Amino acid sequence: MFVEFLYELRARKVPVGAQEAIGLARALAAGLHESSLDGFYHVARALLVHSEAHLDDFDLAFAQHFRGVHVEAKAIAEELLSWLRDPIKTRALSEEEKAMIEELDLEEVLRRFEERLREQRERHDGGNRWIGTGGTSPFGRGGFNPSGIQVGGSAGGRSGAVQNADARRYRPYRSDLTLDVRQIEVALRKLRAFAREGGDRELDIEATIDATARNAGEIEIVTRPPRRPNTRVILMMDVGGSMDPSAALVSQLFSAAKRATHWKELRSYYFHNCVYEKLYRTEGLQDPVPVRELLRECGKQHKLVMVGDASMAPYELLGSSGYGGGAGSSSEPDARLPGAAWLMMLRDHFDRAVWLNPDGIGPYPHPTVDAIKGIFPMFALTLEGLGEAVSELVRGRGRA
Amino acid sequence: MSDFRRFRGTERYLTSEALEAAVNCALVLERPLLVKGEPGTGKTLLAEAVAQSLSAELIPWHVKSTTRAQDGLYVYDTVQRLYDARFGDGDVRDIRRYIKLGPLGRAFSASTRVVLLIDEVDKADLEFPNDLLHELDRMRFRITETGDEVAARERPVVLITSNNEKELPDAFLRRCVFHFIDFPDAELMREIVRVHHPELDRSLADQAMQVFYEIRKNTRIRKRPSTSELIDWIAVLRRAGVSEVKLDKTLPFLGALLKKEQDLTALADQLAGGRRYRS
Ligand SMILES: Nc1ncnc2c1ncn2[C@@H]1O[C@H](COP(=O)(O)OP(=O)(O)O)[C@@H](O)[C@H]1O
Ligand SMILES: [Mg+2]
Repeated sequence: MFVEFLYELRARKVPVGAQEAIGLARALAAGLHESSLDGFYHVARALLVHSEAHLDDFDLAFAQHFRGVHVEAKAIAEELLSWLRDPIKTRALSEEEKAMIEELDLEEVLRRFEERLREQRERHDGGNRWIGTGGTSPFGRGGFNPSGIQVGGSAGGRSGAVQNADARRYRPYRSDLTLDVRQIEVALRKLRAFAREGGDRELDIEATIDATARNAGEIEIVTRPPRRPNTRVILMMDVGGSMDPSAALVSQLFSAAKRATHWKELRSYYFHNCVYEKLYRTEGLQDPVPVRELLRECGKQHKLVMVGDASMAPYELLGSSGYGGGAGSSSEPDARLPGAAWLMMLRDHFDRAVWLNPDGIGPYPHPTVDAIKGIFPMFALTLEGLGEAVSELVRGRGRA
Repeated sequence: MSDFRRFRGTERYLTSEALEAAVNCALVLERPLLVKGEPGTGKTLLAEAVAQSLSAELIPWHVKSTTRAQDGLYVYDTVQRLYDARFGDGDVRDIRRYIKLGPLGRAFSASTRVVLLIDEVDKADLEFPNDLLHELDRMRFRITETGDEVAARERPVVLITSNNEKELPDAFLRRCVFHFIDFPDAELMREIVRVHHPELDRSLADQAMQVFYEIRKNTRIRKRPSTSELIDWIAVLRRAGVSEVKLDKTLPFLGALLKKEQDLTALADQLAGGRRYRS
């Protein structure tokens, strides 16, 4: 029963595995839940959830699984342990997790559990060695059942824990809900990186002093390249038409990007529906910059972030700019290149590039969205999607 | 794990059942506790309370944007060594004299269990949490300059706070017990206020709290006042002998609640606008 709860959490993308199950079994063995469902709720939450974004999923899963159910802490611990011992069920676990299970003496946890229960029974006053403070022990409350967890405080009443879960107080922290600028900033900050390279060398004090000390006090200067923010980002945003409903979201992304202080450079450009020969410096599609010129200026280390819903008429993607409404062409062959070719050119130039889609990644096939997905790794413009996109952008060298 | 004393908060630090459960899980499982929450929700103060209730020494480590995990282990005081090398004071070849243990180093080398606070872990660079985890897992390190090894005798209790400025790596998160401190509701806030101002008149407390929550609800305010601002504001009100407050343009010492110029203007605007609207 409890293991199903874990699977429900996993299905909700709350990362729980052996590490969490072991922790929970040990916490229950130590009696940290204090024989109440409330206590169990708090202990389970502290050990199974690692981010406030998942608290709401925990609440939903908890309310679903524990409403009106009689829960036995010992039964839960046993269930967890037998799950951990089952080689088939734990196949999906990482090597690290398997090692943890190996290290853990499962029998020992159960033995400790039983020992504690026996002790509690013997002392049947509710006080036991696990509680140092005395007087505040909740074990005495409402009839002490050493291995069980009371369901609900009073007879038939709803449990405080389930009620707590039902209140869904953490809904606003869900990562799949809308973003605000600060959250975007937080997500983008992951893009910062530093490097020691080029430029005016700076004094390496430590090395200088070491060299000086070795040199019997005669100063010997050692220098090194400065440590500087090293991230350069290019943002290209689709504007107008089907993008209008997402304008606020995109402008939030843009202002968060502008506020990111630990980047070496941010360039931002606009396009409508698809990129052809030119990008534009303003939202009103003024002040054009030829794509080829941009590529000459920017090295492959720049991180390219495309933002758009990727939905357009197929000819806009596959036809040439002559049809796609691209502004007057400068050179003949370029004018005949289809939008998809320009997108591929951008993708190929940079080591890391992503496409953020404010419409999310739907389950249904869509001709142009699917085509663009084949060119750029595409992510939803949600906190979660942005997080994944940023991870993609900071991944090591080389193509995935 | 045999002799475990449950954490229940202290006289000066109020906790919830959820926070206590998280602290106790961290103590029993000997895992770091990661505490998140709005500024002013008592994350930093928690470490003090835990140390106090365990009668353990608190070693605080306040992380800055330039902090690296290595700094926590030890620093090699090269400037002193240079000074000594130039001015001939002592034996500059004895590097050991120039090694200063950092907070992590001191926590590992302590002879009894200590509480190590790693405050605002999200301020540092991205690699910091994982580097830190590595050191915390090993609980030992070698001072390369001298070859000495420092190994923990007692696993320190590790409390880590984050203001959510930056996301933390998954591997790091999964190694920690997690607690998100909710912003205190009125009931808990009343208790917190009482802890800090035991002699406060009940009606002033109520009025101040009402104004406080009202201001927090204002969506135009960028930096919402937190618990510490409320406590400071009440302190100022008491010192000035103010006995009544209400949310209008006469609100005294607003600067103690709102620290940003633009927030003060926004609130003033709104108060003026509100009056115009009513009349
Ligand atoms: N639970 C609490 N009990 C007592 N005082 C509290 C509590 N939470 C916050 N405070 C008050 O708020 C102030 C700010 O707390 P602090 O720990 O610095 O917050 P944070 O580190 O979360 O920003 C404390 O100095 C204390 O006066
Ligand atoms: Mg703090």
